[in-house]
Amino acid sequence: MADRILIKKGLQIPLLGEPDEVFRGRVTSEFVKVCPEDFHGITPKVAVKVNDRVKAGTALFYEKRHPEMLFASPVSGVVTAIERGEKRRILHFTVQADKEIQYEDFGKKDVASLSSDEVKKSILDAGIWFLIKQRPYDLIANPNKAPRDIFITGFDTAPLAPSYDFILEGQEADLQTGLDALTKLTAGKVYLSISPKTTNKGLCNAKNVIINEFDGPHPAGNVGVQINHLSPVNRGETVWTLNALDVAIIGRLFNKGVVDLTRTVALTGSEVKQTGYYQMLIGTELTPIFKNNVTEGITLRYISGNPLTGIKIDENGVLRAYHSQVTVIPEGKEVLEPLGWASLSPNRYSAGCMYPHLKPNPGKKYRLDARIKGGQRAIIMSNEYDKVFPMDIFPEQLIKAIIAFNIDKMENLGIYEVAPEDFALCEFVDTSKLELQKIVRTGLDMLYKEME
Amino acid sequence: MKALRNYFDKIKPNFEEDGKYHWLHSVYEGFESFLFVPNTTSKSGVHIHDARDSKRTMIIVVLALMPALLFGMYNVGLQHYMAIGMEVGFWTRFFYGLLAVLPQIVVSYVVGLGIEFTVAQMKGEEIAEGFLVTGILIPMILPIDTPLWMVAVATAFAVIFAKEVFGGTGYNIFNVALSARAFLFFSYPSKMSGDKVFVRTGSALGMGRPEMVDGVAKTVDGFSGATPLTQLATTDAPHFASFSFTGVTGQPLSLSDMFWGFIPGSVGEVSTFAILLGAILLISTGVGSWKTMLSVFLGGLFTITLVNLFAVNATMEMPAYYHFLLGGFAFGAVFMATDPVTSARTEKGKWIYGFLIGLIAVTIRIFNPGYPEGMMLAILLMNAFAPLIDFYVIDANVKQRLKRVGNNKRK
Repeated sequence: MADRILIKKGLQIPLLGEPDEVFRGRVTSEFVKVCPEDFHGITPKVAVKVNDRVKAGTALFYEKRHPEMLFASPVSGVVTAIERGEKRRILHFTVQADKEIQYEDFGKKDVASLSSDEVKKSILDAGIWFLIKQRPYDLIANPNKAPRDIFITGFDTAPLAPSYDFILEGQEADLQTGLDALTKLTAGKVYLSISPKTTNKGLCNAKNVIINEFDGPHPAGNVGVQINHLSPVNRGETVWTLNALDVAIIGRLFNKGVVDLTRTVALTGSEVKQTGYYQMLIGTELTPIFKNNVTEGITLRYISGNPLTGIKIDENGVLRAYHSQVTVIPEGKEVLEPLGWASLSPNRYSAGCMYPHLKPNPGKKYRLDARIKGGQRAIIMSNEYDKVFPMDIFPEQLIKAIIAFNIDKMENLGIYEVAPEDFALCEFVDTSKLELQKIVRTGLDMLYKEME
Repeated sequence: MKALRNYFDKIKPNFEEDGKYHWLHSVYEGFESFLFVPNTTSKSGVHIHDARDSKRTMIIVVLALMPALLFGMYNVGLQHYMAIGMEVGFWTRFFYGLLAVLPQIVVSYVVGLGIEFTVAQMKGEEIAEGFLVTGILIPMILPIDTPLWMVAVATAFAVIFAKEVFGGTGYNIFNVALSARAFLFFSYPSKMSGDKVFVRTGSALGMGRPEMVDGVAKTVDGFSGATPLTQLATTDAPHFASFSFTGVTGQPLSLSDMFWGFIPGSVGEVSTFAILLGAILLISTGVGSWKTMLSVFLGGLFTITLVNLFAVNATMEMPAYYHFLLGGFAFGAVFMATDPVTSARTEKGKWIYGFLIGLIAVTIRIFNPGYPEGMMLAILLMNAFAPLIDFYVIDANVKQRLKRVGNNKRK
């Protein structure tokens, strides 16, 4: 039986718009866009030219420092544009999709008979290495550095998060193959974390991995929290992290011999009329699922991902590489709310107790908009971050060390164990409205430059 | 509200980058965000935010101070009319107190906010709300007879030298309100202690005018404005049992008088009951730390119990509950020690920080006859040590992390 670890600190933000567990079909679009900025920390070098024909699995670009790290096109068709922004930074590759997708053939492989290097090469060649991330620094894993262990999270606790059980239904074999492939990549252990509510057989009965149960509110599903409780990252060590959905994509490569970047995506949020799950490729335009399906008459915020860590997109934006969730919430620009500091409105939500009248209604769900609802201040209140930060780390002190960029202090306080997403809840509850995820991201990037 | 919003939108361009009143944009922003929740939406990071902000936090502290302030006003009137021997009703006492305290609040706010607005404008930042609390705390911890110019000077000193030079709200080392009081305490000791300053015998803006004899207000026979703690510090009674606290007319003071607050003292500190109400609000909203509050009392209790065991005079014999009911002990524990910026910031640190405040405050009270009240100095001293306490709490976490590396290597 799996060990159960209880996470006490944290916060489940009660938002309206949980996804219905109904599959609503497959979505395709004529153009598919891949945005290199999704892959933080890489310098993309172009591998195709405009008007080139590509198949699903053909590399569109590669990482400058690791030319073996390719990035696959999710679809077959013709490259119609490589759009660049300031300083010639590539914004996105646009591929005009074929009616019938043609796949690059990588050949079915039996993982058990492959060596560690062969597994690694297969994933790199297929252009889906980006699914594997590493700590420290929360970047795409460096393929040349063997990880101490590999950690996989088998559930998502973020607000309105999709159900992994639902998505992985029918993908159990791919999941197991993916796990087997990962066990080849480390001399250490492969940890899979599930929730007590997990029902999917592929997750519960996964073989060749160590299964732990994490019980508690968000961020119990964050892999960083799980690592901190299982086997924390120390200075000089590297671990790799994935989520179970991405493991299944890796499994598909070996089982089918093709790159199939299809994701089952939850459409969520208070402004969506009919929530549910859609199948689509990474980079698919989302317009069809928004059309006639969102609140009209107010400005909306479209998010690829969840409301805490997702990326802001516009209404004809595309599904970003790492996301299995799309959220629509009100932008809130038009709202006129007088005297917020005295407000007793029942529609305000606070995790703390500064709105004592809200307490009697614990089951209520809220329609939160994107307003910051306050000015930026110095850190004033203490113990705010700690309450939603279930790691053996002092979050406030770490943030201060990052702002001061004191490397010794950052190391001592545990910078190597964290990723920006671990600070998302702190940022949500912060009275001082600081951009904590941005601070942590900048700190990690600067530290990476300094150390590597 | 809509009309006001439209008005603000109309004048907004004047305060933007090329507007003619751009130099006042912090002030405009301050008023606008006071009246309306800012409509700025998130650009990076989380897309949704909690409804609490710095304004809400500060307003809750101000609300928590209200019972103590209102009672303090009533008590100023009560003590005044007792001292001059006039029988008046509840509302007369309250209005006298209101007229006596209000000018001090106005002066403190005008001076303090004036400096805050100017500094924010110079730095081009938003106006921080910290002074909303400080501005009301300063009159509450001063004797009622403090001249207005002193309030102004002390406020200016504290805001500039205890706060702005460190970077403003959130960066200060010492509690700003207590710095103002300490400034007056050491600069004008005769106005900050003794038996003349805690009961106003003169009029308040013309109200409650006493009979004048030789240019001095005529008071009842046996009048003394000494606070209970001063009485204790100056007594020659050999044992606490043979000593008794008296009010302004020489009447004996009971424990219930001290709990409800019918005693002379600084405006806000007299009523333990009103402070308790404030404490309940601070704790239930999570704005004030119950750990700090509790540990101040625990520190006091520990020290007093120890001193009681070896008591050789009346002061040393006084039981703990008197200490808690008298002077600024409760007020300091609830409103001053819990200031998150100057307090210890780690949870373990808060226990140590509070405990030491209680310990030092009582020690000063008992062993230093020159300072009948030790709360202010105890908190200021611990403000200086709070970062050190935090350092050791955090260092334990750091050591554990470094040890982990060693263990892993051995495996």
